[in-house]
Amino acid sequence: MTKKAERIFVKGNEAIARGALAAKCRCFFGYPITPQNDIPEFMSSEMIKAGGDFVQAESEVAAANMLLGAGATGVRAMTSSSSPGLSLKQEAISYMAGSEVPAVVVNMNRGGPGLGDIGPAQGDYYQSTRGGGHGDYRHFTFGPGTVQEAYDLTIRAFDIAFEHRTPVLILGDAILGQMKEPITPWEPEDVDENGGRDWAITGRDGGRDKRLIKSLFLAEGELAEQNKHLQAKYDAWTDLAECEQFETEDADLIICAYGSIGRIAKTAVRKFRKDGKKVGLFRPITLYPFPSAELKALAEQGKRFLTIEHNLGQMLDDVRLAIRTVTDSDFYPIYPGNLPTPDELEEPILKCLEGK
Amino acid sequence: MSDTHEKIVFQKPESVIDRPTHYCPGCHHGVAHRLIGELLDEMNLAEKTLMTTSIGCSVFLYNYLNVDAVEAPHGRAPAVATGVKRSRPDHFVFTYQGDGDLASIGMAEIMHAANRGEKICVVFVNNTVYGMTGGQMAPTTLIGQTTTTTPAGRCQTHEGAPIRMTEIIASLGGVAFAARGSLDCVKNIRQAKKYLKKAFEFQLNNTGFGFVELLSACPTNWKMTPLQANERIQKEMIPYYPLGVYKDVSEEGGVC
Repeated sequence: MTKKAERIFVKGNEAIARGALAAKCRCFFGYPITPQNDIPEFMSSEMIKAGGDFVQAESEVAAANMLLGAGATGVRAMTSSSSPGLSLKQEAISYMAGSEVPAVVVNMNRGGPGLGDIGPAQGDYYQSTRGGGHGDYRHFTFGPGTVQEAYDLTIRAFDIAFEHRTPVLILGDAILGQMKEPITPWEPEDVDENGGRDWAITGRDGGRDKRLIKSLFLAEGELAEQNKHLQAKYDAWTDLAECEQFETEDADLIICAYGSIGRIAKTAVRKFRKDGKKVGLFRPITLYPFPSAELKALAEQGKRFLTIEHNLGQMLDDVRLAIRTVTDSDFYPIYPGNLPTPDELEEPILKCLEGK
Repeated sequence: MSDTHEKIVFQKPESVIDRPTHYCPGCHHGVAHRLIGELLDEMNLAEKTLMTTSIGCSVFLYNYLNVDAVEAPHGRAPAVATGVKRSRPDHFVFTYQGDGDLASIGMAEIMHAANRGEKICVVFVNNTVYGMTGGQMAPTTLIGQTTTTTPAGRCQTHEGAPIRMTEIIASLGGVAFAARGSLDCVKNIRQAKKYLKKAFEFQLNNTGFGFVELLSACPTNWKMTPLQANERIQKEMIPYYPLGVYKDVSEEGGVC
């Protein structure tokens, strides 16, 4: 990779947009919804300057289906939205999963259910990691915790989408999207702009056989085979699971948290460490595949666990599944509509640490 | 070998795949497919065509036309085709949609793709009924027409009036060409092909959105013989859905 010398001071939303451009994303389809509007706003000018195209669709439904069309042609394309909008995009995402169309989808999670609010939350974890649309599929899901990571993981998301012919989700929230931080932008040297050369619909140039991108499999046994194929792909993703471990080595208590809450929890952990208390942080970077093996290894060392999420207990299920044969995790929910500070996390962590 | 003086005068277009279709006897999808196939050959488009298929009886269009294709969810073909065309602007892109797909669940997508003036063509097959799901009411079902969900016949005060899509589409700014043809007889089939050709040409000239409605028969769900179905098109459908060109910017000027 080529590191650019300059640092820039940008919002998380803009970092994602810039990361997409660096990854040679050349089509963006969006629809306004708070708190992610910086992404389509940035793309409306910058995507055109980059020689690509931008469409403000009539709805999230249409935007996601435009993404399906662009992805089917093998062009790097992206859409972004926030929670209620992601629900509408799920139709096309299921079709993209079923017909193996690569694309990147960004969800800057806001409070729900329903219209909820426009503040940060993590209530879309189930929807994101399980496959929020119909049918058996999974989203490859990144949960960036910093603005730099949002930039970096967006670039990674395009590579994974094309390598595995799958929609890849970036799950941020209103904190990450609206927070400004300095980042070091970089541009990957090895973007394969012809990533879809052997499957994408590009016209039967030279008289080659026709290609078909579809998710309908009616012949007996055909759908079962397609689902077996998809499942094998998802199983293989286990090797791509990633996490950050902070002060976990000698920790008695491990805080499990992701994204913005992982960032806030890290500050709380630092404070405990200053006081000589053995607390560590386990922060999944890929939410699906979930880094279960790494977490289980910690459980086998006799650690105790406290899961903290900006929801009422969703990633908690994955934590418990990972460590279930060894131990359990306590849970501290942060209700949507509230914005936690590191200080607010101290009490529940302390309670857990002292075994209360 | 004796000289039979036989001369081949009619053949399958190269762009149509040599296989039996799954359509019911008297269905006009096969005719519509053939017209498109002929034009893809005549206009030398097969190798640059990216087709967006939709939901309903015609979902298997990709089994019959020898071009690259992507399958769209219910009603979303114009949005999918927008993404296809925006990412591959040098290609020829068209959708093929039925009345339920286009005028009901996909109403937003067709209206906005047309209004944006997407450089795509839409072939709209209107047979006034949901075919594949078994004969339910469509937005284009005529008043008094019985379907499985209007067993007493469509009633305007209860189900609303049949929607005239070509007239609506023609009123939108981004549209270069909008016409309604019919597939009930040879004369109308020939005229329908001319409409399709014109719509295709507008895309190739990068002028704007092209829309061609084709009145078609569904003898199975109408519970008619193929001949009765053709008669119904002439006596009942054409009076409500008049044939002709509703917008042609080459005559009016306009669009980008």
